[in-house]
Amino acid sequence: MIMEMFVKKHIKAIQKGDQNAYAEIVELYKDKVYRLCYRMLGNRHEAEDAAQEAFIRAYVNIHTYNPAMKFSSWLYRIATNLSIDKLRKKKPDMYLDEEVSGTDGLTLYSQLPSNDASPEETVESLELQETVQRAIEKLPEKYRSVIVLKYMNDLSLQEISEILDLPIGTVKTRIHRGREALRKHLGHL
Amino acid sequence: MKCPDQIIEWMHDYLDGDIAPDDEKRLREHLQHCSACSQHFNSLKKTVAFIQYASPLAPPADFTANVMAKLPKEKQRVRAGRWLKNHPVLTAASLFAALTVGSLFTTWNKEQQFSVSTRENVIIHDHTVIVPKGETVDGDIVVRNGSIKIEGKVNGDVTVIHGEKYLASAGQVTGDVEEINEMFDWIWYNIKNAVKAMLE
Repeated sequence: MIMEMFVKKHIKAIQKGDQNAYAEIVELYKDKVYRLCYRMLGNRHEAEDAAQEAFIRAYVNIHTYNPAMKFSSWLYRIATNLSIDKLRKKKPDMYLDEEVSGTDGLTLYSQLPSNDASPEETVESLELQETVQRAIEKLPEKYRSVIVLKYMNDLSLQEISEILDLPIGTVKTRIHRGREALRKHLGHL
Repeated sequence: MKCPDQIIEWMHDYLDGDIAPDDEKRLREHLQHCSACSQHFNSLKKTVAFIQYASPLAPPADFTANVMAKLPKEKQRVRAGRWLKNHPVLTAASLFAALTVGSLFTTWNKEQQFSVSTRENVIIHDHTVIVPKGETVDGDIVVRNGSIKIEGKVNGDVTVIHGEKYLASAGQVTGDVEEINEMFDWIWYNIKNAVKAMLE
């Protein structure tokens, strides 16, 4: 409730053109928007570009934001659509390139604070992370977006339906199919 | 044992946390007896655990700054408004200055007449004030629209507005000597006096 009031107040200020208020909104949502883009696109650089662009688009189009919708849903919608656009523009050989390099994720994860895990366990967990991400990337985009929103961003079916502007039934079906597809890559591990 | 047609759908409904109690009961019963379905269900649960396990990622530290740098410039009006709100003292001061400058602009143009602030111990000759040799003026002298020639001594400040000052080698002024010939000097002089008056 407090959070919603905070966001509402800031949106009003932004709609009047106050950029400083927007910095606080970016701070608030940057982790979630970045994570969404990363899971959709599969590498850090593209994720950063897409997340930045999503925030810029949201700012530029702030006047079209309808408060009947949660602001976060509106923002995730922009980020999801942008990520899908970028996926479509990617050339097939780009995929190949990423599969081979694969260092992006490694450097990323090695930056995470080390916990008590032994080096072997850490390597194993890194490999698992990589495997999960690659499996997500093999999903067709319509399944990928619902899976990412549901499991990476921890959103409810209702919110996902709002973000993607799809009936709940369709969201469910896509999640089911996405889960089945992922099972083929991850279920045997 | 024949598997129910909707068995896979029940599994997913269960994983969505959105299964009817009757369906859940049927699902459980079937899983107990069917190893193939039970395996399918377990691999689905494992898959969900894996994707949920994917660790949190954070964008680079300068992310917000980068976004802000790329935004289109905000409206001047808002920026000015915020500046005024954040600097109330400066705002008041500049408003004061603006009003003062405005009124001084008029006085500068209006006051064209020769005047001098003191007539004691000075000779006034054709718009020139002379402090003769051997004479001492106690106090400040302000000359407007005229000049001053100092051969004697002034115990105070000398200010010439719209004029010139001549200080003879023997002349002496204990305070400041100032010549004001430009509007900005005039404005500055007035602001300085106002501030001085405020501080005193």
